[in-house]
Amino acid sequence: MTRYFTQDHEWIEVEGDTGTVGITDYAQGQLGDITFVELPAEGAPVAKGDSVSVVDSVKAASDVYTPVSGVVIEANPALADAPELVNTDAETGGWLFRLTLSDAGELSSLMDEAAYKAFVEGL
Amino acid sequence: MSELEPVDDDFEPLEPQLLPLDPWHRARGGRMVEFAGYWMPVQYEGIMAEHLWTRENAGLFDVSHMGQLGVSGENAAAALEALLPGDISALKAGRLRYSLLLDENGGILDDLMVLNTGKDYSVVVNGATKWDDIAHMREHLPDEITLTHHDEQGLLALQGPKAAMALDRLGLMPKHAQGTPVADLKFMQADIYDWGGRSLGVSRSGYTGEDGFEISVGGEHIEALADALCEQPEVKPIGLGARDSLRLEAGLPLYGHDLSPETDPVSAGLAFALSRRRREERGFPGAERILGLLREGSPTTRVGLALEGRQAAREGATVWSSDRQVGTLTSGGFSPSLQRPIAMAYVDTEFAGEGTVLDVEVRGKRLGATVVPMPFVPHRYHR
Repeated sequence: MTRYFTQDHEWIEVEGDTGTVGITDYAQGQLGDITFVELPAEGAPVAKGDSVSVVDSVKAASDVYTPVSGVVIEANPALADAPELVNTDAETGGWLFRLTLSDAGELSSLMDEAAYKAFVEGL
Repeated sequence: MSELEPVDDDFEPLEPQLLPLDPWHRARGGRMVEFAGYWMPVQYEGIMAEHLWTRENAGLFDVSHMGQLGVSGENAAAALEALLPGDISALKAGRLRYSLLLDENGGILDDLMVLNTGKDYSVVVNGATKWDDIAHMREHLPDEITLTHHDEQGLLALQGPKAAMALDRLGLMPKHAQGTPVADLKFMQADIYDWGGRSLGVSRSGYTGEDGFEISVGGEHIEALADALCEQPEVKPIGLGARDSLRLEAGLPLYGHDLSPETDPVSAGLAFALSRRRREERGFPGAERILGLLREGSPTTRVGLALEGRQAAREGATVWSSDRQVGTLTSGGFSPSLQRPIAMAYVDTEFAGEGTVLDVEVRGKRLGATVVPMPFVPHRYHR
């Protein structure tokens, strides 16, 4: 399993050709109290960089962009009743959706954990 | 303090300015954002926690960005009445009143509080509009009326059911022999107090729907006052984010969003600010148009909307009745107290009735919404 990060503060954990996507702990801290998460439909084809989900906080609504292209296979069912999981467990139980990757080559444009950490420290 | 000459100077600063409490906010972990020309704290520990704390305890808000103006001179009340629709002449010493600065067409230039101090009138206006308000007032007030911008004063708001308990412990003494003890002030009353040799102007008022106070204090003393208040176990500092969600739940309009020169007191649901005597005498800006709207009804009306589900809709979202657009949101967000999204919107008046079922469009998706009475959360003023 390998975890990658984007400059828009999404993470994707890849196992085989399946990826699990969420927003980073840094991102949830910036957004504040999350009150609603709009998730992509299962079976939806998505292209790298598409806005596929919206995270709503008391402050504002923020787009979530898919780090890679593929087909959505599952949206986190726990978030309908407990969107605050994205605050408390952003990088584990607060995942947003899983997808089947259509082009694993896209991963090479993403950051690893060390690079993302350095990126956040530079903000 | 700067007395404003009758010259229409444009002296609006371009760079965000620092409030007297700026270092205090940063030291307490305030996340600073640019607002109304100042760096201001949007939150400390989080909007939801700060909001709920204020509803249950007491929150301290720095609102020093607001304009604190003095209006003095012979017939100052009559001079103000030429600009506002309120009955300022009937306002007793120590009382304040909500009013509106109107343009000649009856459009709303700002909403404000007028206080009769006993020797002059104190007017508190919104931060984002204060420079335009000053220019407008100086242009329209007679030359013999003195308009003073008390920019040396800071303003703190202490709001919540435990605000009175916390403030009482500071031991404020009325400055005048006939003064009212601070605990005995009622909603929309004010007086001047001594706090360890410092002078505080205190009114029982606010922008959250809760009991509470607004305290005018010299900028050099504001940090000592903020510290003394936050030493009370009931009091925490609260940022702009919770100030907005609290006032939304209280059904209180926010200038620049729910009120603008394109809105008028009737469609905004603020006809209570048009006093009876002033309606009869018709001598306020835009009186003919406003009285016509009162008589015949306004084409649009500000309403409260309760949304279905958990997704919030925000300013600019469109309101629909089947395939007809009937309005637009001017404020909206998730209500921490009600744990559901709420909004204010202007809708065509035929769709403004309580219980009307409408849709709000958010990102191409329709959310069910129902017209509900405001406030969304009951006011708990100390009357």
